[in-house]
Amino acid sequence: MATLRDIQRRIRSVQSTQKITRAMKLVAAAKLRRAQERIVSARPYATKMAELLGNLMSASSGDGAPHPLLQGREGPRRQIVIITADKGLAGAFNSNIIRRALELIRSSSAADVTLVVVGRKARDFYRRRPWTIKRDMIGFWDRLAYDHARELADFFIQQYLDNEVDEVDLLYNEFRSVAVQRPVRQQLLPIPKAEQGTEAAAVDYIYEPGPDVILGDLLPRHVRMQVYRALMESLAGEYGARMTAMEAATKNAEEMIDVLTIQYNKARQEKITKELLDIVGGAEALRQGAEA
Amino acid sequence: MPLMLEIATPAKLAATETVDEVVIPGAEGYFGVLPGHAPLLATVGIGALTYRTGGREHHLAMFGGFAEVRSDKVIILADIAERPDEIDRARAERARERAEARLAGRMGEIDYTRALAAFLRAIARLMVANRGTG
Repeated sequence: MATLRDIQRRIRSVQSTQKITRAMKLVAAAKLRRAQERIVSARPYATKMAELLGNLMSASSGDGAPHPLLQGREGPRRQIVIITADKGLAGAFNSNIIRRALELIRSSSAADVTLVVVGRKARDFYRRRPWTIKRDMIGFWDRLAYDHARELADFFIQQYLDNEVDEVDLLYNEFRSVAVQRPVRQQLLPIPKAEQGTEAAAVDYIYEPGPDVILGDLLPRHVRMQVYRALMESLAGEYGARMTAMEAATKNAEEMIDVLTIQYNKARQEKITKELLDIVGGAEALRQGAEA
Repeated sequence: MPLMLEIATPAKLAATETVDEVVIPGAEGYFGVLPGHAPLLATVGIGALTYRTGGREHHLAMFGGFAEVRSDKVIILADIAERPDEIDRARAERARERAEARLAGRMGEIDYTRALAAFLRAIARLMVANRGTG
């Protein structure tokens, strides 16, 4: 039977844990808002870019070979880009991605797969495993900028153009809502057909320089934007997941405190009853002694 | 009939303005756009973009992107767009000197391209910073 003091100590300990989880939830909520705003601010650029891409694709199609970034290769060499957070305490956010990545990796033969790990969780997991890590990027999430996406994207493009890989896939958590993050796989390179244009109403532009040159300039930027979007989605998802996880932790702590408080009260009651019995018993004994 | 100007970067919508004229640093040279311009799609190089609205001139440093002109609407997709107050003039000045010194020396082709780009970036920043907020 736990003593009163033990129960009190446990209550205090759960209370201080709850204070921490509540604070983490608030911090995550504030950061989530900023991450969402960032996604919204990038939207005009992304939308316009998709439209231009569609237009250029239809303008430059026909004669000549397609741009190398659009051209698929029948090869087995696959690069998988695993995007996780640096930190945990976000529910299944990281483990979902890591598990999806394992399935994906195991579906190709080990010699054909290379990895790029983004985020400390992915790196720590895959560092101790037999696959080749081509590159990692960690500790940047707090100051995520377009430059990070550019750096990564240009690395993928270079490898693709140098014929070192035949396909590049992104694996990241898509931000659906605060409570829902969905792990998704997105083919980055070669640029999938579906992304090659929301067929815009064909406008008869003057191209300066020619459409093929502009397209050659646009495609790398399109790839960078895809990477940037994946990073932003993952960041918003991380905060959403952490918020939800910490909300649940705070609630669990609350329940635990309730249970402990009841236990405490019961124990206190029992103690008082026992003391009363002792006193009554003692008094009774004294009275009987006096009568005798 | 005035022009609508929109400058979008991956980070933000840098400008949405009604303007009388825009001068764009195209990859193949500066060009001006006035209302009634024919549809145009061009690449943007490194340089200073200028737009005039109600007799006041505004400047933005550009470092690559695209420009679309279509039915009196100009849309710039820029990697970065820097306003004069966002530019550290002393730093740009130092970058210019560094690039100049490097260009004066002997070097391989890749280094040359890089130094030249750095030089152009510094010049674009200084141009925008010196013309002020306008």
